[in-house]
Amino acid sequence: MGRLQGKVALITGAARGIGRAQAVRFAQEGADVIAMDICGPLDTVLTPPATPADLDETARLVSDTGSRIVTEIVDVRDTDAVQAATDRGVEQLGGLDIVCATAGITSREMAMEMSENAWQTMLDVNLSGVWRTCRATAPHLIERGAGSVILISSIAGLKGLVGVAHYTSAKHGVVGLMRSLANELAPHNIRVNSVHPTNVDTPMIQNDNVRSAFRPDLEHVSREEFAEAACSMNMLPIPWVDAVDVANACLFLASDEARYITAVTLPVDAGSTQR
Amino acid sequence: MSGLDGKVVVVTGAAKGTGRVHCQRFADQGANVIALDTAEFADELQGTAAQVRDRGRRCVAATADVRDADTMSTAIDAAVHQLGRLDVVIANAGVHTAGAPVWKLSDETWQHTLDINLTGVWHTVKAAVPHIGESGGSVVIISSTNGLRGTANTAHYTASKHAVVGLARTLANELGPQRIRVNTVHPGAVATPMVLNQATFRRLCPDIPNPTEADAAEVLKARNLLPVPWVDPVDIANAVVFLASDEARYITGTQIVVDAGLTQKV
Repeated sequence: MGRLQGKVALITGAARGIGRAQAVRFAQEGADVIAMDICGPLDTVLTPPATPADLDETARLVSDTGSRIVTEIVDVRDTDAVQAATDRGVEQLGGLDIVCATAGITSREMAMEMSENAWQTMLDVNLSGVWRTCRATAPHLIERGAGSVILISSIAGLKGLVGVAHYTSAKHGVVGLMRSLANELAPHNIRVNSVHPTNVDTPMIQNDNVRSAFRPDLEHVSREEFAEAACSMNMLPIPWVDAVDVANACLFLASDEARYITAVTLPVDAGSTQR
Repeated sequence: MSGLDGKVVVVTGAAKGTGRVHCQRFADQGANVIALDTAEFADELQGTAAQVRDRGRRCVAATADVRDADTMSTAIDAAVHQLGRLDVVIANAGVHTAGAPVWKLSDETWQHTLDINLTGVWHTVKAAVPHIGESGGSVVIISSTNGLRGTANTAHYTASKHAVVGLARTLANELGPQRIRVNTVHPGAVATPMVLNQATFRRLCPDIPNPTEADAAEVLKARNLLPVPWVDPVDIANAVVFLASDEARYITGTQIVVDAGLTQKV
């Protein structure tokens, strides 16, 4: 029997990257999935956007495991849309047990030169979007009388990184949100934790924008040249972790194996924050 | 404390409470002060300016809302022009509004707090730091014990106060090469109107019909390691002045807790 047999998990940012890995990994363990993604571009973000086809591919991968999946194209900045999509998904799949607030963006600028738009878009998606997801889903978990909420932060939720003050602020803010929410939801037998990945091998880092930040000495940075530089961030001799490594940590937190773990910041960082 | 004589410090939220006491303590150390607050508190802001001048120091008081980046820049540019330099930035302006469980918090409540407590700090730093000279400087961001741990019904406040720690940690990395230090200070309960008000007393003492300050003090005292209900604004100002002084010249990227042991009590 799967470790999440009979459970329903709602995942934002599920079209690709960590969100897709969570959807697939949870489905392999028996969970049905409500998969949300904006499936489109955001202002100030240079990462190539996720597409509806990406979300369809997540749905195909989940269906292949035999689990059910409901997909919703939704922007976490839109309070009403997040609530409506959540309610529809919960209605279709018969409840809610697990929430993964995974949707997130990145962009780069030094704090002193950063535009108002880059700052605000970042906070709206990576912090307020997480709160909107929690606000829309918490009543369903309370109704269930149990649950596990997992907020995807970053190593930037635990320490500062150069050139991403807005991202670091938002990801630290998520830890504050997690800690308050853990206090509020504990009486309902709902656990709330955050997960802090180092670089993950997803489109969010595998693009010219991030690669050139690691190798400012090169005009065009290959995957191999990026990997060489990225190794210096981590304690273990690896450039990045895979999305499934993050999904596995979330799976543990979502499962009954972690039934007494709440208000924890769990790094999946190859030792990066302790280096 | 060493090295503040003749320096210039900008303080946001300077009209009253802890912000006013920061201004007084910096003036005591020989610093000139740029005191900023919103137009709503223009009269109180003049009171702060008078206290700085009573100490024989110069003060430029200006009204500017930390949410308005352009106004902040204009106000700080003009004040620095008048006082001739800038060395220290104290991002103190903040709000603590009534909360609710996360799933009942309104968009307005959430955004209002983020705009002032987080984006306002960034605006302050962005407007002020370019004026800091080659000899370096110090940025102190006032967070809270809620910047280190969560409490129920404060998600908006707690998220904003954690987020400024992230901002400070990034800034410490970015500004270190220019000898600009960046740290956060985390007060517990402070004896200011933000804590000493009837709504807070009722929240602290839900079982008492008309709770007094003494009733609230009992509750708060029980939360601290030291047998005091709250700290005074001057206790926060003392930590801030230390961080701004040369005595802290190699302290950057850290968090100083001034909370009578609140966050460590088991």
